[in-house]
Amino acid sequence: MRIVSAADMEKVSRSGLRKIRPEKPRIAVGLATCGIAVGGMRVYDRIKEIIGEENPDIELARVGCIGYCREEPLVNITIPGKPLVILHRVTPGDAEEIVRAVEKGEVPVEKALCRIPLWDHITGCTQEYGAGFDGIPRYEDVPFFSHQKKVILRNSGLINPEQIDEYIAIGGYAAALKALSGMAPEAIIDEVEKSGLRGRGGAGFPTGLKWRIARNAEGDRKFVICNADEGDPGAYMNRNEMESDPHMVLEGMLIGAYAIGVSEGLIYIRAEYPLAIRRLQTAIGQAREYGLLGKDIFGTGFSFDIGIATGAGAFVCGESTALVASIEGRTGRPHPRPPRLTDPGGGLFGYPTDLNNVESWCNIPVIISKGSEWYAGIGAKGNSGTKVFSLVGKVDRVGLVEVPLGTSLNTIVFTIGNGGAGNKKVKAVQTGGPSGGCIPARLFDTPVDYESLNRIGSIMGSGGIVVMDEDTDMVDIARYFINFAASESCGKCVPCREGLKHTLLILNKILAKKATKKDLEILSDLTETIVATSLCGLGQTAPNPVLTTLAYFRDEYDALVNP
Amino acid sequence: MDERTLDAIIARHDAPAGRLLGILGEIQNQEGYVSRETLEMLSEKVGVRISQLYGLATFYSYFTLRPVGDHVITICMGTACHVKGAVAILEALEGLLGIKSDVTDDGKLSITTIDRKFTVEIARCFGACSMAPVLRIDGNLYGYATPEDLPGILGEYGWKP
Repeated sequence: MRIVSAADMEKVSRSGLRKIRPEKPRIAVGLATCGIAVGGMRVYDRIKEIIGEENPDIELARVGCIGYCREEPLVNITIPGKPLVILHRVTPGDAEEIVRAVEKGEVPVEKALCRIPLWDHITGCTQEYGAGFDGIPRYEDVPFFSHQKKVILRNSGLINPEQIDEYIAIGGYAAALKALSGMAPEAIIDEVEKSGLRGRGGAGFPTGLKWRIARNAEGDRKFVICNADEGDPGAYMNRNEMESDPHMVLEGMLIGAYAIGVSEGLIYIRAEYPLAIRRLQTAIGQAREYGLLGKDIFGTGFSFDIGIATGAGAFVCGESTALVASIEGRTGRPHPRPPRLTDPGGGLFGYPTDLNNVESWCNIPVIISKGSEWYAGIGAKGNSGTKVFSLVGKVDRVGLVEVPLGTSLNTIVFTIGNGGAGNKKVKAVQTGGPSGGCIPARLFDTPVDYESLNRIGSIMGSGGIVVMDEDTDMVDIARYFINFAASESCGKCVPCREGLKHTLLILNKILAKKATKKDLEILSDLTETIVATSLCGLGQTAPNPVLTTLAYFRDEYDALVNP
Repeated sequence: MDERTLDAIIARHDAPAGRLLGILGEIQNQEGYVSRETLEMLSEKVGVRISQLYGLATFYSYFTLRPVGDHVITICMGTACHVKGAVAILEALEGLLGIKSDVTDDGKLSITTIDRKFTVEIARCFGACSMAPVLRIDGNLYGYATPEDLPGILGEYGWKP
């Protein structure tokens, strides 16, 4: 059916709600890439085997991932009138016990991670699951969750990402309806500007301003692109956002396209994310079926559709001009800006193009539905909203962490992450991937916002936080990143192509204990030159891991070099 | 790759945006590598010079030009995997399979055992960082890997000590 009015939306919403909270118990298995890899699919298959294909008493469903990766596989149990209960570290061997308990209206308490009596999906729907199961900790009392604020991940792990009506049931596409049928494009851009949203790909450029530039650009044909290349090693929040809540991305793009005045959208996604690609394809297909993509959306006369273009593993394609070259079927080599993508002649196939990261698009529906004032109230001054970080490496509680911007590294690494894994002492974190820097533990009172991270030599990047402990060799880490950047350099400009190669040679020499103090001086000069003279962001930021380790862990270099 | 399969792939990618990489990606997914013959055939069919296609296949790390063995083992070399011992996994794998990593002429790591049963490759990042270190065999991910786990995992694919 086509949705053209609030009444149509309500009808779909009711059918979705019946899936999320059926009149019978629902067992939902967390099946994002990480959940599947640790055995979630085997759990799902085993439960299906026990209860049979169609069961009059129990509903079996798939959901995305709530982000507590260490505790996977996760299984949600919803028994009518009772709180939603999340079971953790579930194995196929537990399936029998789970099904038997659910049949009696109970849950296996010893497998329970937490209970959720009530969940606010923020965009217009609060689920009141019910009371009971008092022996199980509440969601907000679980230390990994208690300091998080889920805005982007508000639906992740709770809805089936392959069912559009579940998304609509928790308030999805209501913001798009509100925007397209009741707001002028300029008013939407005003809202996004007032919200203070800054680009979540890492550079932090104001999203609303970028939209305004794209709207005002001359041209009868324009594009919007969602950058889903997520090339930073150590970062996977975009993957989860697309796998767990793909319609949120599409809705954000739809609103943006209307505001900018564009009818063609593209998602540029890395080929290494096959499940995310599949779920986006499914979501796009369903959105077309419901008339939320295609011609005359909501009967407003506005038309917009989204295609998928796959990347093929080139870090430099995070650079906007290289990304566009890649979509056009060329090698991803950047060119100097201007022309920017938003300039005539500078974007995709020469047309003005607006490019935003997955998570930037994810922020749009909630800004429109709750208003810019609400959104700007979250986070810190000049850094509004929340950000999802992938907290990985040698940290105890590994997973996706969503906190207001301005939250300190201490809170993220120690309060939420519980410090080093295996009681080891945390030495540093690396933020921002190969373009970021290593931050020593003594600076962990630093608030995580764009400017504060820049001040200490790192960057926000797309949100990877890799924890390093006392056993991590920081010079080796610097070498690791330079090796990465050197092989990802597109080769167009000399400072990056040759400079990084020689940086790598010097680091190899240091690690082989064959270097002298003079080499350290050369290393420092060389890397500063690369920063100052490279053509694009890759070269300009690639030396950051060396510069920060030289600044904060100089003793480790000194211990390796001869006088 | 036979002509009909290639024609079907090309037909699926009719939109200009993302066309060439999409086609090459499907060839890589189906064949495990991109052969010279397929590139020549593709060049003729889409009217793009083979030098440009070769440029794409060597520039982007997703493609390999060498034929692969029966099973492809990909070791994730992302940051989280690196700090949690991916290098030790690669070394242990080399020991078990009796191979030595070297960089190929297109700058990518891809080594195949003499009996052509296994190919070992490295990846930038699977985005499965939470269960680092991670390896993938024929599309199946194995998380929290240790060198000690490898004989058991390889055994599932017919490896014998």
